[in-house]
Amino acid sequence: MTVVLTSAARQEAQPVISGVADCDIHPSVKSMADLHPWLSSKWIEHFKSYGSLRNQHYVTGAAYHKSQPNASRRDAYPPEGGPQASSLAFMKQQLLDSHGIALGILNPLVPSQGVRNLDHSAALCRAINHWQVECWTSKEARLRASIVVPYEDPEASAAEIRFWAGNASFVQVLMLSRTSFPTGNKRYWPIYDAAAEAGLPVGIHAFGNSGLPITSAGWPSYYMEDMVAHAQSSQAGLVSLVIEGVFERWPALKFVLIESGFSWAPSLIWRLDRNWRTLRSEVPHLKMSPGEYIRRNVWWTSQPIDEPENATHVSDIFDWLGWDRIMFSTDYPHWDFDDPARVLAFRTSAEKRQQFFRGNAHHVYGVAA
Amino acid sequence: MKKHVVASTAEIPPGARKLVTVAGRPIVIFNLDGNFFGLFNRCPHNGGSLADGIVTGLVRSTEPGTYTYCRRGEVVRCPWHGWEFDIRTGQSFCRPGDLKARQFNIEVADGRDIVEGPYVAETVSVRTEDNYIVVEV
Ligand code: FES
Repeated sequence: MTVVLTSAARQEAQPVISGVADCDIHPSVKSMADLHPWLSSKWIEHFKSYGSLRNQHYVTGAAYHKSQPNASRRDAYPPEGGPQASSLAFMKQQLLDSHGIALGILNPLVPSQGVRNLDHSAALCRAINHWQVECWTSKEARLRASIVVPYEDPEASAAEIRFWAGNASFVQVLMLSRTSFPTGNKRYWPIYDAAAEAGLPVGIHAFGNSGLPITSAGWPSYYMEDMVAHAQSSQAGLVSLVIEGVFERWPALKFVLIESGFSWAPSLIWRLDRNWRTLRSEVPHLKMSPGEYIRRNVWWTSQPIDEPENATHVSDIFDWLGWDRIMFSTDYPHWDFDDPARVLAFRTSAEKRQQFFRGNAHHVYGVAA
Repeated sequence: MKKHVVASTAEIPPGARKLVTVAGRPIVIFNLDGNFFGLFNRCPHNGGSLADGIVTGLVRSTEPGTYTYCRRGEVVRCPWHGWEFDIRTGQSFCRPGDLKARQFNIEVADGRDIVEGPYVAETVSVRTEDNYIVVEV
């Protein structure tokens, strides 16, 4: 039995700079009924009767039990009830105010993008985008939204992007890393064409339902294997984007790899470049080395940051990849949340902190500082 | 160091816990079978509130395929990244050598002694017939 549970006494350390940008926040619906105002009765009835099947083993959700309820912090339940991050008031208090966050990018993971019935997927995405504007960004000036697209239907995705293009609430197009084909595959190009036309970056968040195992060696047995394999799926997607020529075709299109880790990126670039020197005749459409494309078109979010025994090793990775490439994120309310006051466990200059915590995000998302 | 009276023993029955603030420090007090333990309410990893974590036991294994569940109710799991700490000692189970949740000395005092002092009882009204939890900070 618990007599008193109060978070009131928690006082976080001050953020290292003021006006932190958090590039990965996951707002939640209280229930799927929150989306009803923007769904036709056809889809409301369909969902009640048949649910929404995704490309995964289980009808009810992911294959792994994710360690904490809703994969989220146990201290993040809103006092008025509902799942974590389903209350704007509590999100303001627990996340934005107490961590000094001045810009927060919403990446809703409400089930929609991997739904196998593509029309249902598109209807859910449209409803989620309305819900982000009505229930979040129009009520809180610090928040910006991501256009959730039914990416397995690239034409419908392009239409979704064009529907919202020019709406200042939206600063990004959101995809997930586990697409049914590698992310650079030509079938997805209508999405990139529409994003480039709208001038919006494409954020690719780890996770998704491709129907394929997360590792290239098959289905793992443990959640921990699933957690570390997100880097694999993101690496495969990034290699595909480079090699298929997406960055050559849309030179100004920005990609953000979200929650995928970034310590692997320098070594991937070195290996790609080495291979490109040998095998470049296979990909004559590439005019620059893979590393040059990646350093021009790609950014990473920081959470979950790596924690080596010697914290300065992470500083080396920042140096190798570039301080202009990595953007702070919390992943609120998920259990592997990073706190801006603790995320950099090594000393660095005020200028670099400014880039990491704030400047890079404002640049990538085109939000005035 | 002062002795702060933070609660009557009746307020925290066995298995329960309470978050208190003593001299500006958040401290979570646990009752394990009648013994009281106090931990600083900032996880030594990244500052999560241990008062909001679940109290659980420890799963141990000597080899793959064999498991034992032991120390039921003696382990608190941080609500953020799930690191586990021994409520009795503050010791972490993932980095036992070098990482501890900070412990505070707790004693149980008789209300009659408290009235005589020297104790600080700012937020608790002390009655001579009850017992109280005292934290030294
Ligand atoms: S803050 Fe407690 S486990 Fe990370």
